Amino acid sequence: MTVAEMLEKIDEPLELAGRKFRSRLILGTGKYKDNETMVRAIEASGTEIITVAVRRVDLDRTKEEGILYHLDPDKWALLPNTAGCYNADDAVRYAGLGRAAGFGDWIKLEVIGDQETLLPDVEGLLEAAGTLVANGFKVLAYTNEDLITALKLEQAGVAAVMPLASPIGSGLGLLNPFNVRLIKSRVSVPVIVDAGVGTASDACVTMEQGVDGILMNTAVAAAKDPVRMALAMRYATESGRLAYLAGRMPKREQATPSSPTAGMLD
Amino acid sequence: MTEASSGGTIVVTLNGDERDVPAGLTVSGLLAHLGLHERLVVVELNREILRRDRYAEAPVNAGDTIELVQFVGGG
Repeated sequence: MTVAEMLEKIDEPLELAGRKFRSRLILGTGKYKDNETMVRAIEASGTEIITVAVRRVDLDRTKEEGILYHLDPDKWALLPNTAGCYNADDAVRYAGLGRAAGFGDWIKLEVIGDQETLLPDVEGLLEAAGTLVANGFKVLAYTNEDLITALKLEQAGVAAVMPLASPIGSGLGLLNPFNVRLIKSRVSVPVIVDAGVGTASDACVTMEQGVDGILMNTAVAAAKDPVRMALAMRYATESGRLAYLAGRMPKREQATPSSPTAGMLD
Repeated sequence: MTEASSGGTIVVTLNGDERDVPAGLTVSGLLAHLGLHERLVVVELNREILRRDRYAEAPVNAGDTIELVQFVGGG
């Protein structure tokens, strides 16, 4: 039995924005060295959801960068983002353009507050989330690992809260597992950790916190071998999820023997 | 801009730049003129998103501001 087949028996599907998914790994499509590597990495990851950005068509055609030339939208669910937006109005505009492409009414909402850290602008995020929910969007909101913001987003009606592990593209891993667990324990919508994972152990530790899924881009795209890393991330995500479901043993500061102490020779 | 401007071109702002395009086009016609697939492009006409089923009827007028966007790689 493969890991995927076992998971199907012992884990619930991820329910996100009214759809069910087997994979708990969501993959971004940015920064790959070429489209062929990107497609192979996406396939290796086992993901069912890929994120895309909305940008102007290059009318001078210096390169053909439209992602739909390379990715079959029947094979993967396309999740548009509002990356690069620094205020609520822009994010709402980009979300509308993403929805008009015709692949669904969900949006990965980013409202960035600072160019250096790419940390979210909480005020703009909450404003955009409210507007988009009112306009019928299913909002997956990229946010700080802050409980109060997560609670406010849930109250605004988002479909998922997506706290960061560490800043976008930093590869620093899960910096605040306590806050991420706290958010997961208090909100009822899915919690997807988005951004900051650097390697497989980061993904595993993140999933061990009990979150519903993980979204990453650079960790795979910027690996020396993105296809191998995508496969590593797939196993790490599944490993972490299984370890969480299994429930880890308590930590002890003393050793306890695994073999019987009785029956030793004189 | 060129001799064609006397023979039926108009100026529109296309993805931030002023461009001459043939007069009398619909949005569908404009996309065809630019060699773009309708299915892959989302059109914003004067800040309003244009539904795809309106491309064939919506006229392109002089002075229009048009944004043509698509999905690209992103996280």
